[in-house]
Amino acid sequence: MVSAGFPSRALNARAGLLLLCLGSLAASQIEVCTSRFWFNYRHVANTLSVYRSVKRLGIPDSHIVLMLADDMACNPRNPKPATVFSHKNMELNVYGDDVEVDYRSYEVTVENFLRVLTGRIPPSTPRSKRLLSDDRSNILIYMTGHGGNGFLKFQDSEEITNIELADAFEQMWQKRRYNELLFIIDTCQGASMYERFYSPNIMALASSQVGEDSLSHQPDPAIGVHLMDRYTYYVLEFLEEINPASQTNMNDLVCPKSLCVSTPGHRTDLFQRDPKNVLITDFFGSVRKVEITTETISLQPHSGIVESRYKEDHMDEELIEPLKYAEQL
Amino acid sequence: MAAAGAATTDLEVIRGKRSALFFAAVAIVLGLPLWWKTTETYRAPLPYSEISGLNALQLRLTVPVTVVFTRESLPLDDQEKLPLTVVHEREIPLKYKMKIKCRFQKAYRRALDREEKALSLGSLQEAESMLVEPQEQATGSLTVYVISEHSSLLPQDMLSYIGPKRTAVVRGIMHREAFNIIGRRVIQVAQAMSLTEDVLAAALADHLPEDKWSADKRRPLKSSLGYEITFSLLNPDPKSHDVHWDIEGAVQRYVQPFLNALSVAGNISVDSQILYYAVLGVNPRFDPASSSYYLAAHNLPHVINPVESRLGSSAASLYPVLNFLLYVPELAHAPLYIQDKDGAPVATNAFHSPRWGGIMVYNVDPNAYNASELPVRVEVDMVRVMEVFLAQLRLLFGIAQPQVPPKCLLSGPQSEGLMTWELDRLLWARSVENLATATTTLTSLAQLLGKISNIVIKDDVASEVYRAVAAVQKAAEELAAGHLASAFVASQEAVTSSERAFFDPSLLHLLYFPDDQKFAIYIPLFLPMAVPILLSLVKIFLETRKSWKKPEKID
Repeated sequence: MVSAGFPSRALNARAGLLLLCLGSLAASQIEVCTSRFWFNYRHVANTLSVYRSVKRLGIPDSHIVLMLADDMACNPRNPKPATVFSHKNMELNVYGDDVEVDYRSYEVTVENFLRVLTGRIPPSTPRSKRLLSDDRSNILIYMTGHGGNGFLKFQDSEEITNIELADAFEQMWQKRRYNELLFIIDTCQGASMYERFYSPNIMALASSQVGEDSLSHQPDPAIGVHLMDRYTYYVLEFLEEINPASQTNMNDLVCPKSLCVSTPGHRTDLFQRDPKNVLITDFFGSVRKVEITTETISLQPHSGIVESRYKEDHMDEELIEPLKYAEQL
Repeated sequence: MAAAGAATTDLEVIRGKRSALFFAAVAIVLGLPLWWKTTETYRAPLPYSEISGLNALQLRLTVPVTVVFTRESLPLDDQEKLPLTVVHEREIPLKYKMKIKCRFQKAYRRALDREEKALSLGSLQEAESMLVEPQEQATGSLTVYVISEHSSLLPQDMLSYIGPKRTAVVRGIMHREAFNIIGRRVIQVAQAMSLTEDVLAAALADHLPEDKWSADKRRPLKSSLGYEITFSLLNPDPKSHDVHWDIEGAVQRYVQPFLNALSVAGNISVDSQILYYAVLGVNPRFDPASSSYYLAAHNLPHVINPVESRLGSSAASLYPVLNFLLYVPELAHAPLYIQDKDGAPVATNAFHSPRWGGIMVYNVDPNAYNASELPVRVEVDMVRVMEVFLAQLRLLFGIAQPQVPPKCLLSGPQSEGLMTWELDRLLWARSVENLATATTTLTSLAQLLGKISNIVIKDDVASEVYRAVAAVQKAAEELAAGHLASAFVASQEAVTSSERAFFDPSLLHLLYFPDDQKFAIYIPLFLPMAVPILLSLVKIFLETRKSWKKPEKID
């Protein structure tokens, strides 16, 4: 499987999931890579590329839930440790300096993914592992890995079906955890995953139709594996030209068959707005609402009369603690 | 011999038939219900009818107002009618499924002697200090004093005055329709101090359809059990500026009284930090006219995201975090001013973002650079900073300027920065918001359970749902009775219980079996057992039918 020049047709999906949630018109993102093993390098590279693009467009890490099922950067087979490249000749290191992986390795399971989506998380979960979205958030969910007709494989041992995904989105809708949702999936037979959605305000894009395989892009002789999948590669080329103020809309996000070889699919019937009115930056970027402060409160400077019994231990707390992940094996 | 053999086989055949029938009976009567019962998802009973009844809940918000008339404020024949109670009820026109009615219950009475004495004093401050103590007034209630038409307590052209502690003063009138006119003035004042349509619209902003974009409505923080406030000092250039701020003292003196006043609304904790080498994401432009740097208004939204990742707010707590940043610009970009849309520098040099926090730019006094060498010691003037931060805090909490009636004098700001009736307005808004949220959550849960059949409801989840429903009903009752404090507590409990029930980890429908998988599991177990039973039943039935028909043929 690790031979160059062999378009991957395996059905193992290690998806990267990127969920981007935009709270208060911010976008939130969930990005999931569900694939394990070194030869699925390209799935991790897919996910990290999308992660990097959305960070460049202004989404902070607190709004991104990044799930990577295997560690490629520190894999013993990686000839260039601490890097994950998305383009041959090692042009672009998408691992970067400030990547923040929220769910790593064996924590990427169907159960955890569904818990993140529906919010039914044990109370001890830290904030960075939660999807803190509200009814004004636009969420982007990006999944990649190996899939089949109606399912997506997680960790080479379990799978998530399209019905479970549709039910999870319905639960999100009932609790108004999203305003609009963009679902992008890059796997074989990806279109089958969005067939069963029934909640409103969902737009779905897939890299291939049912019965088709999604193909990988190019192998790199130095690293020895395929670096990216075609659909994500061309989506990323498109995103590289977007800046936070651009006005391109969703209709421009199209991968022609000559480049992608598979036929990308999309589903917009559940979406209320017309796709040509939907800006890319609605989902991929975020612009906060800001107001100038015009008034002040006048305070009389007290001459040191301390009346309140104020506890000192509220202040001077060490705020930036290293996040410790619970051992979830 | 043959007859005996035939008789025994007959007996065996009959016994065989009976045992086959018995097997079939046991399988169908016992086995089938047992299998059905043991494989269904466990659902503890839930009060579905009460949950759907909550949607049609009529909220009546009662504000108890005590109207006190002094001797000269009313014509004599009207004074004979005191004490009496007048009720003013109005429905708030909001496009929301819950009908909300606002009810002002005015209890008119005569003034006591000491109140007469207090109101005949010269100035408002003296009068207020002599009047009723604030502890005696329940949360949500108001007292309005009606003074005579010619009293000098109020300035001549002013008709009313709103005080800081749930009291107001209104001018009386000697007129035939005195009660009506004074009643209208009292209602105007009472509405400004408690409930108006915009307060409720802001509270329900998340639940109403998004038809207009109003800055006021989208600004306040959502109701939560607690908040975390973080003050951060950003020093991007420690080589030039050695910045010191007495944040502990400032919080103790200025912020803590405000938070103590707000403590009813939630559990608020404060922390602070200093960040070095933290830059804003936007490069300021140079303005040669004033030889200073400026940040244009349209660049401000891009300032927050790059700096937010350095703040560490996600590690602090699970409550919503409000960040207040004080930025001391680096020497190369000093002084730095924030410009509004018209290009004029903002007086406060600060801006805020709804539901996030505020940023203020603190310029170092240029005289400090003359004498000494770098780094220059900078002592931050905490009063100036806290004035801005407290104003931003008020805005972020949704404590907006009230709609005062015309010719009304509003009391000056208090040392805590918060007037008691402003807190009441916040509590009204929060109670309504909590009830709306709790109702939506419970209704969504009921709808979900109808749609997805694989969700398990355990007993403790069911008890949370019952508790939430009871709390919503209790809160509605307390609101109708005018007890704001207990209504707020009940509404918070309703929200907590409903959220806990909805987001309980055990509800996850992980074990989803599509129909074809169900067949695949059951067929190998049941088919081998069912086939002989069914076939023998069919055989028995056919033989029995044949034996019934035979006697007819012979006859």
